[in-house]
Amino acid sequence: MVAAVFHSPLEAPAAGPDLPPVAKAMTASTPTATAAPAAKKPTRDFRSFWLTVVPPVLGLALLVLIWHLIASSSGSGIPKPAETWAQAVQVFSDPFYRNGPNDQGVGWNVLASLQRVAIGFGLAALVGIPAGFAIGRSVFLSRMFNPLISLLRPVSPLAWLPIGLLVFKGANPAAIWTIFICSIWPMVINTAVGVQRVPQDYMNVARVLNLSEWKIFTRILFPAVLPYLLTGVRLAVGTAWLVIVAAEMLTGGVGIGFWVWDEWNNLNVSSIIIAIFVIGIVGLLLEFALIKLASLFTFEEVKA
Amino acid sequence: MNTKYIDIQGVEQTFKTKKGNFPALRDINLTVAKGEFVALIGHSGCGKSTLLNLIAGLTTPTSGVLLCADREIAGPGPERAVVFQNHSLLPWLTCFENIYLAVERVFGATESKAQLKQRTNDALALVGLTAAAQKRPGEVSGGMKQRVGIARALSMEPKVLLMDEPFGALDALTRAKLQDELLEIVAKTHATVVMVTHDVDEAVLLSDKIVMMTNGPAATIGEVLSVELPRPRNRVALADDPQYQQYRKAVIDFLYTRQAHVEKAA
Repeated sequence: MVAAVFHSPLEAPAAGPDLPPVAKAMTASTPTATAAPAAKKPTRDFRSFWLTVVPPVLGLALLVLIWHLIASSSGSGIPKPAETWAQAVQVFSDPFYRNGPNDQGVGWNVLASLQRVAIGFGLAALVGIPAGFAIGRSVFLSRMFNPLISLLRPVSPLAWLPIGLLVFKGANPAAIWTIFICSIWPMVINTAVGVQRVPQDYMNVARVLNLSEWKIFTRILFPAVLPYLLTGVRLAVGTAWLVIVAAEMLTGGVGIGFWVWDEWNNLNVSSIIIAIFVIGIVGLLLEFALIKLASLFTFEEVKA
Repeated sequence: MNTKYIDIQGVEQTFKTKKGNFPALRDINLTVAKGEFVALIGHSGCGKSTLLNLIAGLTTPTSGVLLCADREIAGPGPERAVVFQNHSLLPWLTCFENIYLAVERVFGATESKAQLKQRTNDALALVGLTAAAQKRPGEVSGGMKQRVGIARALSMEPKVLLMDEPFGALDALTRAKLQDELLEIVAKTHATVVMVTHDVDEAVLLSDKIVMMTNGPAATIGEVLSVELPRPRNRVALADDPQYQQYRKAVIDFLYTRQAHVEKAA
């Protein structure tokens, strides 16, 4: 568990180009099959190794070095990488323990945060995506809602937390409400922009064929907007993951943000550094998954 | 034969721009007979595509009337199918699905699914693309995309086929091949065609009538040339046909002597 989580930023870029040949060589049972590519491989393998594995490793090494230098200087109070590592081994040896409501394993905290993000984001998608289509399709609605969106979008989502607490009378729904507010804007705006940018050629096809509004939506509008929509989803999830940490620091309970604050109150700085890595890696994985999803739905542009 | 299948009377088109009104077309009077092949030719910016869009019904004229089969053209519709300049296939649908979308719209109410699929396959076969049916537009060549665009338009059995520089984006060899195919298809289907082009040879080879337009702004029809070459036409045989050369010269003379493009105006 420790190795898997801590090494994934190192291995993620390396795994892409390097793993397939290795896997192939391992699965190919006949010696001729492995011998033929092996003759040509070494020089190419070395170059791809140099370009894909070495730079990220160096980057990470630099981070650890700077961290170590700062931690070694007197009076900073920041634990050294080695100490943090030892702490991480301990934390991840039992990520799913439960000693009462305020003392749970890091796994439970991450899952609790992800659950809030999923609910808040899901509700925002349910409202924001149809709203984006409506605003994009109608000039009237666009002029009606654009000033409101411009006014509300720059507001820090945390400013909405007290309103959530007041209305929902609970910390958990208030945190979800904050996620809802922060993730709705990118989805509304990107969907609306996507609808407005559907190439006129496609709409002309729809007009010449005299397609029904439903066919226009399913065959032209929705597929054409999907890449924009997924960009909105990616931005929304990214923002939601940023905001949930701050929201949970304020609301308490279970969650990675609360965990950070709790460990601060215990003056357990190495746990905070571990939490920073965990938050970063989970955010990275979310982003990666959504980029993969988006690439499945992006088709070649028609412009000749 | 109906000699006024498409009837354009005193059409004028003015666009509103930020710098005020821009007169694109004025005083357009034109008739197209049923089964006739008409080419619109002129320098770029002379409003050929504007006129085609008016016939398609994608835009409405500032003044004047357009009739098709004695009915006013009030909007776009499948009876006036358009082959767009950049093919305008939907990239997320396969070639088959792109055509099926059109077939389903026109014949879906009256025919069974099997008949609709048959029509789609027939249209693909007409342009020789049966093998590419399940490919997406991104996976086939430019010439094949344009063929699918033509097949889509023809599959709707339109009264009029409108083509907006359909071969403009293709290389010369592919263009020649598609022109020959179009000649065959038109001979087979007796379609009424209005085609925008800037290629003199294409206009003479394909058309019964070449409509030459003056330079914009406020462009109008400068001259109409009847091409009375016998069909079927063969590009190789026509290459040194004196009559063909004469038509060709007439168009070139119009375009480059009388309507020589004034560069400083652009």
